[in-house]
Amino acid sequence: MNSNFLFLKNGTAAPWSDVPEMEFNYFRTEILKKMGSCRVLAFFALPETDGTFLLTAVLGDPQAQGFLLAKSRVSGKFASLTAEHAAFNRFEREIYEEHGLLPEGHPWLKPLRFQNVDPGVTDYFAMLGEAVHEVAVGPVHAGVIEPGHFRFECMGEDVYSLEISLGYQHRGVEKLLRNGPDARTPHLIETAAGDSSIAAAVNYARIVEALGNIPVSPEIRTIRQLALELERCANHIGDLGALAGDVAFLPTASFCGRIRGEYLNMSAELCGNRFGRNFVTPGGLTCAVDQELADKLLAWLNRVAPELWNALDLMFDSPTVLDRFENTGTVSAATLRELGAVGMAARAGGVACDSRKDFPMADGLCAEPVEFSGSGDVASRARIRYEELKKSHEFLFKVLKNMPLSPAVLPELSLLAPGMIAVSVTEAWRGELCHVALTAVNGKFRSYKIIDPSFHNWEALAMALRDEQISNFPICNKSFNLSYCGHDL
Amino acid sequence: MEKCEMIRFIFCYAAALVFCPLLAGIINKVKAFFAGRCGVSIFQLYFDIFKLLKKERVHSATSNWILAISPLAQLGFIMAALALLPLGLNISPLGFSGDAVLLFYFLGMARFLTVLAALDTGSSFEGMGASREVQFSALAEAAVFALLALLAIHTGTLETGVMLQCAGIGISAWHTAAVMVLAGLAFFVVLLCENCRVPFDDPETHLELTMIHEAMVLDYGGPDLAVIFYGAALKLWLFASFLVALVLPESCFAGMVGICCYFGGVAVTAVLIGIIESIMARSRFLKLPQLLTGATVLVVLALIIQIFFNGGVIK
Repeated sequence: MNSNFLFLKNGTAAPWSDVPEMEFNYFRTEILKKMGSCRVLAFFALPETDGTFLLTAVLGDPQAQGFLLAKSRVSGKFASLTAEHAAFNRFEREIYEEHGLLPEGHPWLKPLRFQNVDPGVTDYFAMLGEAVHEVAVGPVHAGVIEPGHFRFECMGEDVYSLEISLGYQHRGVEKLLRNGPDARTPHLIETAAGDSSIAAAVNYARIVEALGNIPVSPEIRTIRQLALELERCANHIGDLGALAGDVAFLPTASFCGRIRGEYLNMSAELCGNRFGRNFVTPGGLTCAVDQELADKLLAWLNRVAPELWNALDLMFDSPTVLDRFENTGTVSAATLRELGAVGMAARAGGVACDSRKDFPMADGLCAEPVEFSGSGDVASRARIRYEELKKSHEFLFKVLKNMPLSPAVLPELSLLAPGMIAVSVTEAWRGELCHVALTAVNGKFRSYKIIDPSFHNWEALAMALRDEQISNFPICNKSFNLSYCGHDL
Repeated sequence: MEKCEMIRFIFCYAAALVFCPLLAGIINKVKAFFAGRCGVSIFQLYFDIFKLLKKERVHSATSNWILAISPLAQLGFIMAALALLPLGLNISPLGFSGDAVLLFYFLGMARFLTVLAALDTGSSFEGMGASREVQFSALAEAAVFALLALLAIHTGTLETGVMLQCAGIGISAWHTAAVMVLAGLAFFVVLLCENCRVPFDDPETHLELTMIHEAMVLDYGGPDLAVIFYGAALKLWLFASFLVALVLPESCFAGMVGICCYFGGVAVTAVLIGIIESIMARSRFLKLPQLLTGATVLVVLALIIQIFFNGGVIK
């Protein structure tokens, strides 16, 4: 049924030459045809030596539980897919910015990361009229968050449009990853979005294992998943606390601030780093996990978890908080689907997309996905985090009670198979984090694409503010809590 | 006797000037208690003010003299308004008939200057804050003047001291008690609004887009900000004093006991604010007019009870 495309399972590799090369018009129609049931995971251009480019599409097919790959040779320009499907918007802007390859007919081809022009200098959307009030926030923020520029077009307190302009964190991560893997590759991968370090490391490990044919024991896979769930918990707790803080609901804000620290410290206990850096490595783990550690973590979790449920129930039972969250920043399922939003933000709006279910790994190890249907408001984005925390805890308790033990395993890395493509998707706490690696003939990375869930979701945040009160922006923003650096790379 | 009253008044006034930053400390301690933290020192606002006073003044090049004089002028108006309150006494020696209106217009002037200075900066945040401040204070003013009308009918005078003196919870009958409970509640809502407390504003927030009062003073720093912090503390003290005098019966304000009752009452008000900020979230802006209108409705209800059950004017 998917004979046109190359079919690939999550965390596996295939020869690059097996990816069917299609004539562009056919390529475009086939992709658009698939967009009804699939979603776009990656869409990028590879420069060839003769000046042409290979447009490559990686679609996720939940029915087939895997990925569909195809490529097409173009030069100079190609007919934009964004005009038909908004989910391609940022991908095409990225292609234009990086390679000067023009997506013809793109509705508004703005710089994405300002790689070639001064940051922030672009033609912003503007409303005209006497009573219009334009509020520009950033790129320097009052708090400790990352830089980004937000423009609100308001009439009084009502927001008519929000435009989000990013790129201030662009470091050229993907460029630095080319010709890897080398000593700094793991560091670059883990810090592409520092709050999803473990998810990124798991993805990278799977890619290298697939390309290098490195076997990994089931114990190690389980321990990795445990670390990933700790990361999910810490982030969800931190964000729920921040949401409480933004509506001045003090107790939950304070408690969650502390409890998040407990989960980060559990990661530190596990591997020596609060953010789980330098733990998951291709083919193994850098630290040993013994019975003593497992017992300690289990006792710790037993102590902290009740405190967590107390703090969260306090907030979810408070009518004044619910009044702020409910019907605030609603993004409809139709809009989320159109924009290609992913992860818990999309699920909170009733879009069924969870890479744990849609693209399962062969071992099937992960916290059980949450069955959730919400209206896409701040309340549902908060509630789904609560439900995910419950499932993560079930998983953590289950694993810790019968903890697989493993010594530190640091295999000698062999050369990667040349001329291959590998795709790995992990459900990080925000949503699906996708890595696509291509190897050159010398076994080095020809290209390494990182698609953070934020890359899909920033536009959804902008839509959440339509017809919303400008004073509700902070809680809308926190409920998504998207990554700036993960987007800017 | 007259001289003795004056000395006591000056003592109370000076005490208000010295102790007003403590209120913020009390509120923060209560909040810290509810949040399970130790919290900052109860004297933190003093430290902050002293720290800011040591810094130099910086003004934006695009602003004019309004921005520069606004903080001190605001403080002057708030201090003048405070002098009209009875503080720990039965009446203020500086009071006169009609001073109740003057008191709230002094506060109005202070606000007017804050708003002008905010607009002077030309910042979009400050313009937004100014617009919100004016909207909500206009609604709060309706509650305040309805309350003054109630007290004027109750006491037959417009002198703040006398109006507040004759108020206080009368426990002789349900309708006298009801009037004062309703009036006290309504004024407490006004106090929360005027002093940027939860559920109206969040004094702790760093989010410009959600600020009301804080947004208007974003461009200030150093000694100017110190004066603004101090003025805000004094304003909170003023409202707490008004509330205490309104709620406590006349008999509480005699001699040294009266002074103790007064300071105790002000501290209890701060604790109440702390508790409210610990147990509820901030309301959304769209609901704030309803809250303030609710306060006005409470006063009108009190007014109706006063006229139909208490026989209107008492004196």
